[in-house]
Order: sequence, then C-alpha cells, then structure tokens
Amino acid sequence: MANTKLKTVRLQLPVSTDDLKGLELGTIVYLDGRIFTGRESVYKKALDEGAGLPAPLGELGTVNFHCSPAASINADGSYNLGAVTATASFRFKKWLKAWFELSQCKIIIGKGGMTSDIYRNFFVPNGAIYLTTVGYGTGALLGRGIKRVVTTYWREELGLAQAIWVLDVENFGPFLVESDLNGNSLFERENAKIAPRLQAAYEGTRPATMARYGETDDKTDELI
Amino acid sequence: MIPQSLIKATADQLMAKAAIEIPDDYLSGLERMADTEQGDLSAFVIRAMLDNYKAAKEDRRAMCADTGVPRWYVKIGNEAQIEGGPIALETSLRRAVADATQDIPLRPNRVHPLWRTDHNNNCGIGAPEIDYAFHPDADWIELTTVHKGGLFGSDYRMLFPADGIDGIKRFYLDTLVSFGKRGLACQPAIIGIGLGGSKDICMTLGKQAACLRTVGSINPDPKIAALEEEFRDFGNSIGMGAMGFMGSSMVVDCHIEVGYCHTGGLPMSVHMFCLSSRRASARVYKDGRVDMRGDPNWFTDYMRRDGVDWDGATSLAAE
Repeated sequence: MANTKLKTVRLQLPVSTDDLKGLELGTIVYLDGRIFTGRESVYKKALDEGAGLPAPLGELGTVNFHCSPAASINADGSYNLGAVTATASFRFKKWLKAWFELSQCKIIIGKGGMTSDIYRNFFVPNGAIYLTTVGYGTGALLGRGIKRVVTTYWREELGLAQAIWVLDVENFGPFLVESDLNGNSLFERENAKIAPRLQAAYEGTRPATMARYGETDDKTDELI
Repeated sequence: MIPQSLIKATADQLMAKAAIEIPDDYLSGLERMADTEQGDLSAFVIRAMLDNYKAAKEDRRAMCADTGVPRWYVKIGNEAQIEGGPIALETSLRRAVADATQDIPLRPNRVHPLWRTDHNNNCGIGAPEIDYAFHPDADWIELTTVHKGGLFGSDYRMLFPADGIDGIKRFYLDTLVSFGKRGLACQPAIIGIGLGGSKDICMTLGKQAACLRTVGSINPDPKIAALEEEFRDFGNSIGMGAMGFMGSSMVVDCHIEVGYCHTGGLPMSVHMFCLSSRRASARVYKDGRVDMRGDPNWFTDYMRRDGVDWDGATSLAAE
C-alpha cells in the first residue's frame, strides 16, 4: 500500500467492542476473518418479512458489508468472484435499529458513511463502528483480499447482487474509520473544514432565475 | 460487408477492456493529481486507486465491483455495410454484454425499475442502451462501450439567458458540491456539461462530453475551451478532494458540449464520470482489421456541424 502519514491497523475478526476502542477517525484498517454482505433486499426479507437471519450469528460473523460483488456462478456451481466494492449506506438507515438487534454487528462497512445522529442513536448503543471503503472503487484490491466464498444465502429469491455472501477475508482493505465509538463522523469533520472555502467559492455565482421547490441556500446541507 | 462474427469478437474484447483497464488518458490525469494533492486523506485515496488499477490489470478482474450500466455507442460510416444489418448488430452487442457479465464477471446491475427482476446478465428492456451516430466518407463502424456508474453525480436544470455564465457556474458548483460531499460522485471525475439542445439532448450531450471525450481534449470553439479550463481549475479550488475530504482533486478534466436550444432557455446538464471511468473503443473494417482506439473520437466536425448541408470540407478532421 502507498506511503502515507495516516495510522494503519489490522483487525482480527470477530471483534469485540473493546477491540474498537481507541480507533481514531481516519485510521486505515485491514481485516482478517469472516464477513458477510447484506443490503436492502436482505433487510427487507430478514426484518420487514420477518425471516430473520438464514444462519447462526457465529456463521455469518458480525461484520456487515454493504456490498454486491461482481460475481457469477460457474457451470459446476462454484463461485467466480471478481471485484467487490461497497454501495452507498445512507439508504439503509430505516432498518438499522432492528438490524443491530437481530445481527449484533460490530462493524458496518459501506460507501459514504451515515450521519453522526445515526451513529449516536444506533451504532453507539450497540458498541459498533462504521468503516468506509476507499475511492470509491478499490474493487480489485478488495477482491484480492477474499480468500474463500463460504456460502451464499437467498441467492434464488434476491438475485446474485442482493444475496448474502459469506466471505473469509485476509488483509482485506483498505478501509477508513468513519465513525468511532462516540459516534463522531470523519466525513462531517471534513465537511466542516471545507465549509469556509466553499462559501468563498460561491461568491460571484448567481442563484438560478427560477428556483426549485424546497431549495435552500445553506451550504452545509448534504443530500443524505 | 463487415462480418458479424468480427463485431461480436470485438465487442467481447471491448467489454473486458473497459471493465478491467483504466483508460490511459484518465490514468495520466489522475497521476498528475496524485503529485499535487496536499490533503493527507485525499492523497491516500488517490494512491489507493492507482494501486487498484494495477491490481485489476494484473488479476484481470473488474476495477470496481459496481461495474456500472454497460452501454454502447456505435458510429457507422456512410458507406459501411453490416452483415445481418442493424438487427444482427444489436444482437451481437447485447450478447457481448450478457457474456461479459458471466465471464469477467460483471455485477448483474440491471433490474426492472418496479419489479426489480434481474436477468443476471445486464440485459433487459432498454438495456444496454445503444446510441448511434454517422460519419461521412467511411466504410467502417466504430464501437465504444461505456460502463458508467448509475446513481450519483448527474443533474439537469432549465436555466435562462438571464442566468448567464454566473448562473452556469452556480449550477456546476451546486452539482459538484452536492454529490462531492462524502465522495458520492467517486471523484476526481471527468465532468461533462451539456448546454442547450432540447431537454433530452441536453442530458445526452453532457453525458457524452463526460464519457466520450478524453482527458486533455478541448472543444474546438476557443471560448468554450477557455470555459472548460476555467471550470476545471475552479472545481479544484473549492477545497474538496477525493471522497469529499479536504483537498484539491475534484475535476480531472471538464468538457463542455453545446447544441442549439429554444430561444427563451438555457438548459444545462452536469455529469461526473468517476474514478472508474470505464470506456473502450475500436474501429472495425470490412477486411477484418480491428483498431483498438484510446480516443472514441465521438465529437467530430460532422457531429458538431452547424449549417444545413454537409459540404464535406472538414470530414477528415476526426481521422
């Protein structure tokens, strides 16, 4: 991995909340052990439809990756897993409360993070943190870190992209610590640093003659 | 007659090249940004991406697992004859997408918008999109595939002549910032801006400006070229870098394409072609030759023609 002044740690899975103490925002993380993918269709099925988890917690691990791999099934039923990258996590917040209760996850990996409100309300009480993927799109590097596809669940109903993929990984990364155990957000910290420059960049531009309904002039707003 | 088997074989090759190999022009642009980025986090992100491109080529695996929504741009020479005609051509291009999804593999991204039906092959109603253009005095066809991400980084707005350049700048900035926060747009990106046209063509022009022009290319209108440069530098000066971290790496390049529009309006679209700016092009000849091309050469003098008749005087400019 490239030279950097940023701190780098390697975490052995499964982790306890204690293992996550002292992880600072912006630390580079690599993982070893068991993870599983799950996104909207998994949440819908497990929570909204009440199916629960398809396997015991120990088998899935406690790291939920918001991911659909670029993968196919070979004619003999074996897996052809190429690249893996995350999908944007903010869309999944409505399921988080029930999801943490069901899955007891300690780490959620995704793209773009969530808000510090969400971290404080749902992650902190469960002793969990959020790791963001890097880029985005280090799909080939992450693909290299996958040592074994353990199994897949709900492949028929949900399709390859939305199914649960249970994966054993080694030196799997890089990720960045986006939320810590106090619920702080790296993205929000960076947004705050950029805000004054942004304000200056807008000087000399002109608001549109015809406004859009609901439009504001608050440059600290985010889409999520 | 251009054989259909050659079209299919070329399409297969292009699908793999686009998914796995970052185009040289984008790579050079990003390497230049890696040299100048001062933000620790933003610089780390860019270097990780440079490592990732290398890993993808070494392993022959897709550079990003969101392998986008594969589509095709086909330019047909005025004298070209295609074995089986356009129906056979479209079948070959759809098959190439389905085959690549299984073989590379790509993520089966394409689903029905309501029923979420997934054929696991990136084909379906209207997918892959196939756009056509034509070229005078030629008997070849050119195939370009683009695998652009499909969720964030594009927007459209109807501006008016009263909004002027300052209004254009505002909407450009609004789009950069709103999708740049947290790096939803996966910047640094090639920004394509469409100005004018009817609403759908405005979107098309901007998207093609982002996806079909190479980093370093300029619009032939010198005033538009100056605007492209100004907007690129402006985008890199707002304090935001890769993933929305502090930095100076937002815009690898900015391309503007224009079309004549309604006299009362100034429609504008903005598109961001991301850190996985996947495209690959080839020209296919009837004698079996195939030229892989780094530049799709989509916007030719013929494509940007201004008058009623085509006099052919500048038809070779794109060669």
